[in-house]
Amino acid sequence: MPTFFEKRELVAPGDLLAEGDYIAGENTYKENNKIYATRIGLVEYENRKVSVVALKAFYIPRVGDIVIGKIVEVGVSGWSVDINSPYLALLKASDVMERTFNPRRDDLTSIYDVGDMIIAKITAYDRTHNPLLTVNEPGLGKITRGQIVRVTPAKIPRIIGRKGSMINMLKRETGCRITLGQNGLILISGRSLESERLAVMAIRKIEEESHTSGLTDRVAEMIRKEKERVKNE
Amino acid sequence: MSKNPEKLINEKGLRLDGRKPDELRPVKIEVGVLSNADGSAYIEQGKSKILAAVYGPKEVHPRHLALPDRAVLRCRYHMAPFSVEQRKSPAPSRREMELSKVIREALEPAVFLEYYPRTSIDIFIEVLQADGGTRCAGITVASLALADAGVPMRDLVAACAAGKIDGKIVLDLTDTEDKNGEADLPVAMMPTAELITLLQMDGMLTTEEFEEALNLAVQGCKQIYEAQKEALKAKYIEIKEAVQE
Amino acid sequence: MIPSSIITRVKQKRIAQLISKGKRIDGRNLYDYREIQIETGVIERAEGSARVKLGKTEVLVGVKLEIGEPFSDVPNEGVLTVNAELVPLASPTFEPGPPDENAIELARVVDRGIRESKAIILEDLCLIPGKKVFVVFVDIYVLNHDGNLIDASALAALAALTNTKIFNYEVKDDEVVIKPGYKKLPLRNSPIAVTFAKINDRLVVDPWLEEEGVMEARLTVIMEKEGKICAMQKGGGGYLTPKQILEAVKVASEKSKELRKLVVKE
Repeated sequence: MPTFFEKRELVAPGDLLAEGDYIAGENTYKENNKIYATRIGLVEYENRKVSVVALKAFYIPRVGDIVIGKIVEVGVSGWSVDINSPYLALLKASDVMERTFNPRRDDLTSIYDVGDMIIAKITAYDRTHNPLLTVNEPGLGKITRGQIVRVTPAKIPRIIGRKGSMINMLKRETGCRITLGQNGLILISGRSLESERLAVMAIRKIEEESHTSGLTDRVAEMIRKEKERVKNE
Repeated sequence: MSKNPEKLINEKGLRLDGRKPDELRPVKIEVGVLSNADGSAYIEQGKSKILAAVYGPKEVHPRHLALPDRAVLRCRYHMAPFSVEQRKSPAPSRREMELSKVIREALEPAVFLEYYPRTSIDIFIEVLQADGGTRCAGITVASLALADAGVPMRDLVAACAAGKIDGKIVLDLTDTEDKNGEADLPVAMMPTAELITLLQMDGMLTTEEFEEALNLAVQGCKQIYEAQKEALKAKYIEIKEAVQE
Repeated sequence: MIPSSIITRVKQKRIAQLISKGKRIDGRNLYDYREIQIETGVIERAEGSARVKLGKTEVLVGVKLEIGEPFSDVPNEGVLTVNAELVPLASPTFEPGPPDENAIELARVVDRGIRESKAIILEDLCLIPGKKVFVVFVDIYVLNHDGNLIDASALAALAALTNTKIFNYEVKDDEVVIKPGYKKLPLRNSPIAVTFAKINDRLVVDPWLEEEGVMEARLTVIMEKEGKICAMQKGGGGYLTPKQILEAVKVASEKSKELRKLVVKE
């Protein structure tokens, strides 16, 4: 039962990946016993499962995901949040307020206003409703300092790395607090603007070279070289 | 006004631009050329220059246009006023409206619209310079723009026109060949399963000539498909090679 | 094509089931047309007119002649222009307003059939070379939409053109003077459109409204009187295989001859 590409080879939509008794994994589809790619990415063959690690894909909400979003509308009973997804997410006032929400007495804009950035968690999502958010957990809520970097959501796993190897290296080398939103938004908060700049630089490099190997070491090397260069200026 | 050439195929069997009857014009494709659009691609096919961009999937506005079970595909084919010999008014013409419709219908079967209910995927095709085959080249880059935007697809859609000039069936007509020839047959397809998603014809062909032209167009589409795949992968292969050094 | 009202899933299944057995919901065979009625000369004010009933689909075409300027690249030829209106009373899905993409596609496909087959002898419509020619306005008016507007409109347009009279004239001092009497619009061909719908991977001829609601793709083949193809248009989303397209061309060859007999009396 044949497969047609090497492991981690670059494939494009419509490429025939395998034929026979295989299971269609992420970013593939099966038709007439054949498995094809639906997105451009790197093909993975894992036992009977064929999948493609997409190089570019937008974020589809998943219950339990941590996301970073922007308040785009203040409504009557809650807020609309742009989470870099085809669907606008909703944060209900009842999630934030302890007592019952009274639209006459309570002004939602005093809690979150248009333009505010928040870290939230997705609590519900299905085909007929927009994703629902909560900020009612430790570590969630309004973002008050740091920088936001946006990458294509497909790259977040790469930025985490195997068993967190990449993200731990980044935190260590730059000394920054880095919060990864599954929706492709990343919050970087460091002791200085310079350390934040290094983190942004590193993330951009990971994004561009995510399909290559030996990346963790190369990025660490780049950060060290850059720190040297700045020290010598 | 250009004057009409007397012959489109010379005694050696070559066309005005030196091509053989079954030869494609040189094609140059680049993917990911615009920073704002979710996906984009650009093509030069002979003297035709076409740019395509995709925005979406995103929520549909106005809301009543949304479909409950799938995404809505919207397509706008438009020619820049300076793209043709005699300046064209920027207002959408009837031809542009018809082409917008058939191009949308050519791309729809390739996209997994069912995955994104209540959203719209907007495709914009701008013809910057026109020298024949613009709807085909438009489909070719639009499908790359969709892939570049990360929209999941069954296959890319490749398009190419065949036709008849000076009594001979030829591939990939220029504007002069289309205007002075006997028939024009633009075709688009999903090449892996050979499924045709656009087919139009105007002119005069016997049923045998039609079959010959259809087969030639299908071959042309397959060549375009190779160029599409190469362009899509090129960006990433370049980086991979640079890193390996 | 035109977004018809939602077809129930039960009906969809029924249509598909029957088709895979080679039958249709109204009892027709896969390649049968519905009953066709053609009436010409129904609008006396128009220079030519025809009304076609294809099953319950009803299309009225009026032809008006005017004197106008030729196009600069063909200064000695008359001008043909085809327009279609999906009149709101014809269907709950038609909205008032300027022609939408469906109306434009309909007009342009019918236009290509007439134009590419060179049906009208445009060279005979020149009054003063380079200055004045006859302009032939073909206006398609859809009165009831029950499927397959293209074939009905093309048939009505052809019937209207065979029925069209142009007035006699005389050119005096660079002016066109109308004289009493008429002659027939000079025609040299009779294009006929045959439209197929692909349902459950089978092709059917002359889809009616509910079949259009479930079809996966549509193909129109327009043939002129010698059997050559002068226009084709794949419509609707969906796809067709090259084999299906060639099959459609073969069937269209026969069906167009049948339909032509209804319009052109030999």
